[in-house]
Amino acid sequence: MGVVLALVLLLAVTLSANPRFLSGQSLRDLLLGASILVVLAAGQAMVVITRNVDLSVGSVLGLSAYATGTLLVAAPGTPLPLVVLFGMLFGAACGLVNGAVVAVAGVPSLVVTLGTLYVFRGLDSIWASASGRLQINAADLPGGFTALGTQALLGVPLLAVGALIVVLAVGDHLRSYRSGRELYAIGSDGTAAGLSGIPVGRRVLTAFVVNGMLAGLAGVMYAARFGTLDATAGTGMELQVVAAVVIGGIAITGGSGTVWGAAVGAVLLTVIGAALPQLGVSAFWQQASIGVLILLAIGLDRALALRTARRLRRWDTRAT
Amino acid sequence: MPPEPRRRRRPSPSWDLAVVGVLLVVLIVASTTVSGFASSRNIGFLLLDVMVIALIALPLTLVVVTGEIDLSVASTVGLTSAVMGSLWVSGLSLELIVVLCVVLGGVLGAVNGLLVTGFGLPSLAVTIGTLALFRGLAFVVLGDQAVADFPADWTGWAIGSLGDTGIPNAVLPLALLAVGFVVILHATPIGRGLYAMGNNTEAAVFAGIAVRRTKFWLFVATGAVAGLGGVFWTLRFASARADNANGLELLVVAAVLLGGVSIFGGRGSLFGVLAAVLLLGSLRNALQLVNVSSDALNVLTGLLLIISVVVPSLAARRRARRRPGGGAPPETNPVPTTAASTGGP
Repeated sequence: MGVVLALVLLLAVTLSANPRFLSGQSLRDLLLGASILVVLAAGQAMVVITRNVDLSVGSVLGLSAYATGTLLVAAPGTPLPLVVLFGMLFGAACGLVNGAVVAVAGVPSLVVTLGTLYVFRGLDSIWASASGRLQINAADLPGGFTALGTQALLGVPLLAVGALIVVLAVGDHLRSYRSGRELYAIGSDGTAAGLSGIPVGRRVLTAFVVNGMLAGLAGVMYAARFGTLDATAGTGMELQVVAAVVIGGIAITGGSGTVWGAAVGAVLLTVIGAALPQLGVSAFWQQASIGVLILLAIGLDRALALRTARRLRRWDTRAT
Repeated sequence: MPPEPRRRRRPSPSWDLAVVGVLLVVLIVASTTVSGFASSRNIGFLLLDVMVIALIALPLTLVVVTGEIDLSVASTVGLTSAVMGSLWVSGLSLELIVVLCVVLGGVLGAVNGLLVTGFGLPSLAVTIGTLALFRGLAFVVLGDQAVADFPADWTGWAIGSLGDTGIPNAVLPLALLAVGFVVILHATPIGRGLYAMGNNTEAAVFAGIAVRRTKFWLFVATGAVAGLGGVFWTLRFASARADNANGLELLVVAAVLLGGVSIFGGRGSLFGVLAAVLLLGSLRNALQLVNVSSDALNVLTGLLLIISVVVPSLAARRRARRRPGGGAPPETNPVPTTAASTGGP
């Protein structure tokens, strides 16, 4: 796992430059910062494994976060589990729109989700201006909810625990369940998967709905962590998420990779942002280094694929 | 990824005609019902607004026709803008800077082209990587400062218009470039080769088309034109900034796809794309004049994009079902795939 190695290396170098990099508060900040991206990456991983992509996740996050905030302003007494469920259902509805158009109409997900990126974000802004509440502040939200963003369980931030549970659940599903394995089959060769009886359309639809649901959860987490919500929440996040997934070793052409890789990719992206200033490098290098990482990741993926192909060919000639 | 041209073709060859038709309807309705829309001043603003999108859409159309994609164009605009600013501060002459910026754009395009054609990496992933890389380098070059002291005769030219017509000066060079790209795509063997490799890469190779070399130079051309876009953007807003044209890639891709270019390659025309750029521009402009919020316009843009892929797809399916004994029922292989995974095994 190259991405784990990169993460360990980066942590080691940064720790030697500043031994307090991973102590107490800064570690907590790091985990908090990563957890939202990790949840988004876990959902995106499922979609990309089926050789699709969802560019609308940033907009879904924003819309769900605003919906959650609106619910809490209207009914501050709502029990917290219900609030989380509400956000997730809201995101799932957005995912259903994406998945339905992609799976039912059989059109490329890149185009559909590029479209819904605009649609969901626009609806978010229209809602915010129509409701007369362009921004929801932490003071408008019940204290019990914003506490979710800062509370810790045995010293680990609650949001990070949530992100870990999501990764465990998605990872287990992808590894051990038939419907999870079938996502890989669809991504490797959709036609073959369809011919061998896999309900391709339904599986792809489910992947989009789950991804939307997790983007909704990320929206709730965003609301809890930042407390300040306007219609721009999560703007541009789609590229970070796709970057995390690709760096984490999930081929953009589908069929391979694990959700663990995607999660580590998301953590790596977050750590880079925190580590650069510690290493005395200007933060302006952050985005450039992410670009280099993406290129390295897909290059490595390609090199490994070529090596495997060569080895298989050699084995083939020896057999005959 | 083995192409499946039969399913991927747009069913209607007259998509670009339809876009032109809708554009004409919008123009007629807007100029008769929206006061101020047809004024030369407003048309000038409208054209100035869509200028960079139209400019970058020209080479990007050719790229998408071959089945590839370039998401890094807006970052190239940003990086050339940042470099233009820092070179100007360092005291070079503006003529030389413009040339250097276009060359820089070409070099950035060559990076994309090399990674895609030389190493066989999927262009979608490569250009998401260079999107981040080029934008990051723009910030490394210029930080978060802005360079604004460009000479007034240059910035004046960029926003000025031809006489009293309201038509921006920059329309002339843009039109020349457009004619060049139209001729290449629609009237030369090179253009036919681009469609061929978009429809079936292997067949194109066997037909003797230099697929890799052609694609490489297409990426170079896209980068160079985006570099020119960076120069124009900087002069038009009289401001070189690292975050110039942030997010523009999505708008340009939306315009290209709305213009009827298939994301799988092999289909589409520049007329459709240019009409789509103007359609989006005039629709937004007219609706803004009647006080529709820009948020509603974004929803509209997204819906137009989705409709433009869903309607032809559903129509093709219905036709396939109606044809006597025609083809497999579409439910058996509705495998949605993302585009641009080329150079595959």
